[in-house]
Amino acid sequence: MNQLNSQSNNGNIPALECRNVSQTFMIKSGIFAEKQPLKAVEGVNLSVNRGEVIAIVGESGCGKTTLAKMLLGLLPPTTGEILLDGIPINSVSILDIARKVQPVFQDPYSSLNPRKTIKSIISLPLKVHNIGTEIEQKNRVEEYMRLVGLPNRLIHSYPNQLSGGQRQRVAIARALIMEPKIIVCDEPTSALDVSVQAHILNLLQDLRKKLNLTYAFISHDLAVVEHLADWVAVMYLGRLIEFGKATDVFRDPKHPYTQALLESVLTPDASLGLPEITLGRGLPNPLSPPSGCYFHPRCPKSSTECSEKSPLLKKEKNYSIECHLYN
Amino acid sequence: MSQEIVLEVKDLSVDINVPAGTLHAVSNLSLHVKKGETLCIVGESGCGKSIASLAIMNLLPRRASLTAKTLALEGRDLLSLSEAEFSNLRGDRIGMIFQDPMTSLNPVFRIGNQLEEVYMEHGKGNRKEARERAEYLLEKVGIVAPKERLSQYPHQLSGGLRQRMMIAMTLMCDPALIIADEPTTALDVTMQAQTLNLLRSLQKEFNTGLILITHDLGVVARMADRVMVMYAGYAVEIGTAVEVFDNPNHPYTRGLIDCIPVPGRRKPGSKLGSIRGIVPALVGDIKGCTFRNRCDFSITQCADEIVALKELGKGRAFRCILTPEERKTTLQNPGITQ
Repeated sequence: MNQLNSQSNNGNIPALECRNVSQTFMIKSGIFAEKQPLKAVEGVNLSVNRGEVIAIVGESGCGKTTLAKMLLGLLPPTTGEILLDGIPINSVSILDIARKVQPVFQDPYSSLNPRKTIKSIISLPLKVHNIGTEIEQKNRVEEYMRLVGLPNRLIHSYPNQLSGGQRQRVAIARALIMEPKIIVCDEPTSALDVSVQAHILNLLQDLRKKLNLTYAFISHDLAVVEHLADWVAVMYLGRLIEFGKATDVFRDPKHPYTQALLESVLTPDASLGLPEITLGRGLPNPLSPPSGCYFHPRCPKSSTECSEKSPLLKKEKNYSIECHLYN
Repeated sequence: MSQEIVLEVKDLSVDINVPAGTLHAVSNLSLHVKKGETLCIVGESGCGKSIASLAIMNLLPRRASLTAKTLALEGRDLLSLSEAEFSNLRGDRIGMIFQDPMTSLNPVFRIGNQLEEVYMEHGKGNRKEARERAEYLLEKVGIVAPKERLSQYPHQLSGGLRQRMMIAMTLMCDPALIIADEPTTALDVTMQAQTLNLLRSLQKEFNTGLILITHDLGVVARMADRVMVMYAGYAVEIGTAVEVFDNPNHPYTRGLIDCIPVPGRRKPGSKLGSIRGIVPALVGDIKGCTFRNRCDFSITQCADEIVALKELGKGRAFRCILTPEERKTTLQNPGITQ
């Protein structure tokens, strides 16, 4: 803990950094089949500074949730390193990681214990870390409930008495009560109604300014991402294929996959028809990924080179891309 | 496009008995769908959009009771039908597509069997003809190697493929009306656009009426010919997609549209619009406008009367005491009725 705090004020060290992070699962595809490696995340490099928001986007099965689990310290990476404030995550205990990184999950209906009151849900991290007396804990719970906009009268309620938006606020209060620096949000609004989603997104933005938080924001909804993120990391089949400033990526997406993702966003503009997406079928089988560039079977701009050679990572300052078109 | 009306609903109300009293899930809903037309019903959870569609298909839970002045499919009165007659109608004249294709396909039967069953059950022909129709439709929904796919089980297909199978299945008997309840919510963005494109082109080709139920205004804007916005069991705004999105007349519609982040429209980091408060409980007697507690423009009269739907002609209507012009001049007095 002390070791972690001693360096956290240094401005040059990113709040969160992934160095060549990979995660390989050994999967059995049948009763008698040999175990096969499934590369869920492959060689991901990224870094975020304090107070910034990085969005990780991609289709289901692209490895974004596996990456989130690794950021939370729930899953040690097979290879590579994750650094929090410059300290490798595997060198500190899980309790110390929990003080720095906290999650907010997708479904506030299943992520809250239905048998516990709101007070005991929000104060649980304090109990685990043995912080404060009973009364201090209660005061702190009330303080954080105010912060996330939950009325005090709900303190002894149970999750089933709350609406979806209120539950997600409880999840946010629980995540914030340890004063973490980084919040990993895994699709925090996709289970909510549009009007409630707007409330939660506004709240997340307020909290970020107030508490100087860093968010790793995982989502498949690019409209939400554009609204919130400073950085965008686009993942495809476990690989980070495009990474850059959100404004750049949204204004001028370079990778054909990012372009297709952006075209698929249905904005509420009735004068536009449905976009013609030529992406074909869904993700290929990750157990036997395509040769060369993983995206070439679905890519509208693929050439023979794409099916033979893996594209090299092209790195510039604040930007990286993996595509033969830009090699 | 033929202008023939496929489905006509007038004054449909659904009440559900709950321990606390009577829940008014749908109140005085009127709608019609023409051949080859897409009507999108949009609203947040609990607004009654799914219950309304279940009522049309006579699939309401037992505790629910339905009243309606008219409920007619292709001119045939549905209110007088027996359960057996209704059962014949579903899958034949009305097709259904639900949100999660994995729960609507039977996991222990091959896809082919399930598609053929629909055809043969409704007496359209023998197994050979059913198989031919299934293969034809699978090609239509863009599935390569339909013969092999027909002998597979649902778990062997991806989510997008399964939803295509569902679309093919609903088209087996060439229905007059398809009701699709959140058909793409479980799919990825890329699959969503493709699946909607497919649904739209097939619906136009087969000249089928389509009721698309969704909470996603993006889907509505791109798919709908006409839109109906529902709130707390009431239709609050009806009109063509362009009119409703460009010029919403009801404060709820306006609020919903402002809630959505649109790439490029706002400066990143700025706040989204939002609707304060939550959806009211629909149990017991409903007095006044159901939206008044969340509305920035509510006046004292809003609490007094149930607001009637104001017809503006050409199928455009909204349910608000004030017109948009009147709302502009009304002083914003939030919370007057709270």
